[in-house]
Amino acid sequence: MIPNYLILQALREPEALISLSLLDWDLLIRQARRANLLARICLLLDERSLLEQVPPKPRQHLEWSRVISEKHIQAVHWEITQIRKALEKVGVPVVLLKGAAYVMAKLPSAKGRLFSDIDIIVPKDSLSVVEAALMLHGWAATHHDAYDQRYYRTWMHELPPMRHIKRKTVIDVHHAILPETAALHPDSAKLLAAAQLLDGYDDVKIFAPADMVLHSAVHLFHNDQLDQGLRDLVDIDSLLRHFSKLPTFWTDLSVRAHELGLMRPLFYALRYAVHFLNTPVPSGMMEAIQNGRPNPLTLFFTDQLFERALLPAHKSCSDWLTGTARQILYVRATWLRMPSLLLARHLFHKAFISPKPE
Amino acid sequence: MNVSALTPSELKLRLKTAGIYLQTGSFTTHLKTTIPSVAEGIGLLYADYPLVEQDCFADFHVNLTRPRNLRRWFKPQALFLFDGNTIFKPLPLDQAFPMLEWGLNWCVSTHVNHCLMIHAAVVEKGGFAAIMPAPPGSGKSTLCAALVNRGWRLLSDELALIRVSDGKLIPLPRPVSLKNESIEIIRRYEPNAIFSRKVADTIKGTVAHMKAPADSIARAAEAVQVAWVIFPKYQAGATACLETLPQSRAFMRVADNSFNYSLLGLQGFKAMTKLIDASLCYDFTYSKLDDAIEIFGALKPQAANNNHMYANEL
Repeated sequence: MIPNYLILQALREPEALISLSLLDWDLLIRQARRANLLARICLLLDERSLLEQVPPKPRQHLEWSRVISEKHIQAVHWEITQIRKALEKVGVPVVLLKGAAYVMAKLPSAKGRLFSDIDIIVPKDSLSVVEAALMLHGWAATHHDAYDQRYYRTWMHELPPMRHIKRKTVIDVHHAILPETAALHPDSAKLLAAAQLLDGYDDVKIFAPADMVLHSAVHLFHNDQLDQGLRDLVDIDSLLRHFSKLPTFWTDLSVRAHELGLMRPLFYALRYAVHFLNTPVPSGMMEAIQNGRPNPLTLFFTDQLFERALLPAHKSCSDWLTGTARQILYVRATWLRMPSLLLARHLFHKAFISPKPE
Repeated sequence: MNVSALTPSELKLRLKTAGIYLQTGSFTTHLKTTIPSVAEGIGLLYADYPLVEQDCFADFHVNLTRPRNLRRWFKPQALFLFDGNTIFKPLPLDQAFPMLEWGLNWCVSTHVNHCLMIHAAVVEKGGFAAIMPAPPGSGKSTLCAALVNRGWRLLSDELALIRVSDGKLIPLPRPVSLKNESIEIIRRYEPNAIFSRKVADTIKGTVAHMKAPADSIARAAEAVQVAWVIFPKYQAGATACLETLPQSRAFMRVADNSFNYSLLGLQGFKAMTKLIDASLCYDFTYSKLDDAIEIFGALKPQAANNNHMYANEL
């Protein structure tokens, strides 16, 4: 069981926040800031017209963060305009992933969401033309070390991140949603084929609803960095609530998870969305994806790990096992990305051969 | 109750255990530290600041601590934690108090987005504020320290906070940071000024902090109308010279010295326009502090009628 932390109460039932004491607000603001969810809580209260009822001090903190998220949305639009311009002649539609997709499609998961990179996915055989076009328009490769270049280009599912020389913005160009070396291999061609044009655009696409949820799940449960874990779970919760209005969404989701071999990450996504955020999931859904359920012993351990690591990295949400849980999940994520021999080789290179920063 | 109500040993103990809730300007900082030099610095320079009741809402939770690494045995360090998170790389333990000051500036400059924030010293006289934005090394803190020792009220040595809603400047009087030669210059200029211990070899050279005047601290809640934007520049041997600056140039230069002009978007542009419209803008070159005091003493605010012309159009 997950203790009833303020941040979880706030996300589940923003209406209840108006009865918080100032001392509770103090703690909630800190948990939310650490989880990068402060602006979201501000917007959740505002759309319920409850912001005025928050005491002035904490309200000020919420509004400070809203300023940042408003600027962020504007900056994302501008950046995507630039990316479209750069890729205009390439003839490949830009398929936006994650945060950029949520913002451009105006999905509820974009509310107050801050992120640093724009992620796009293109067919693998267009990678080099896309890369060249971006370079012509001012994006330059990062990670100049020969080993890092090989790491990305041979084993990973994306090019080394590219940074714009003037704006310093970063774009990640993907050709798949999981590394080449990972055991799970969702077929990128299927994902791209189902991608849908963004309303009002003829050159920008986003994943189909079920694929968007699956990608979000894969991203969270294969990620080695879980410091934004709760924010990512909020994405999943918010996507599920939003798309459940579509008549065939839940069936599509389980069919698609089978088809792409993503039952396990979907199982975890639904399990923890329900545990943490009371996401309404139809009763038959968990049975429909039983194949994704790990054996009881594994599940017991995974619960112990994720129920700690998905909370904000704040001392008020940690116990004596939290640090260990994060470390184990880091190793797990890296292990899911690469077979063990390759992993050993990679870690050896990183530890003893790669030049150290500074 | 002010910090001075606690004896040095009570203060040290409080900082080590529950921490203190320190009121600076409109912000409450929950501050903890185990480092003796920080406790001493607070006892000396923050004596006149109010302590808010324990366990209330704090804007910032700050802890200055010593990292638990091997180095603590031969080259001890200090670490600034913002609500448990490391913000800066550790510094030598000797620099712990300046690090607190820099850290508190960081707390404000990265969060307080209901204000247009400008990297500037701000002083007030007769109900009007002079903002002195300037890059490091131009002598703004030296000039600011001299002015506040000659009857001007200290509003801030580092951060001009201009409330977006009404264009008023919110005071944040905290210790004035002086560097290198400036420390001795101000010591000679005002022998009664209280200074923290000098710390050598910081990233800014030798630094010391001067205590803010008690009256400025007591009046920290009074927001002020800005009347002047003055870009100071210390130039050895120069005769003091106040030169009118076109508003367009002043606008761009203030924007260059702002922490969040771009972040605030349209709101930032409106606030900046209002500020520049209401202000007389100058370049100010000086070498002698007494000349500067005289020239600042003769400043007159702009006639009130055209203040509002542009502001209303926006």
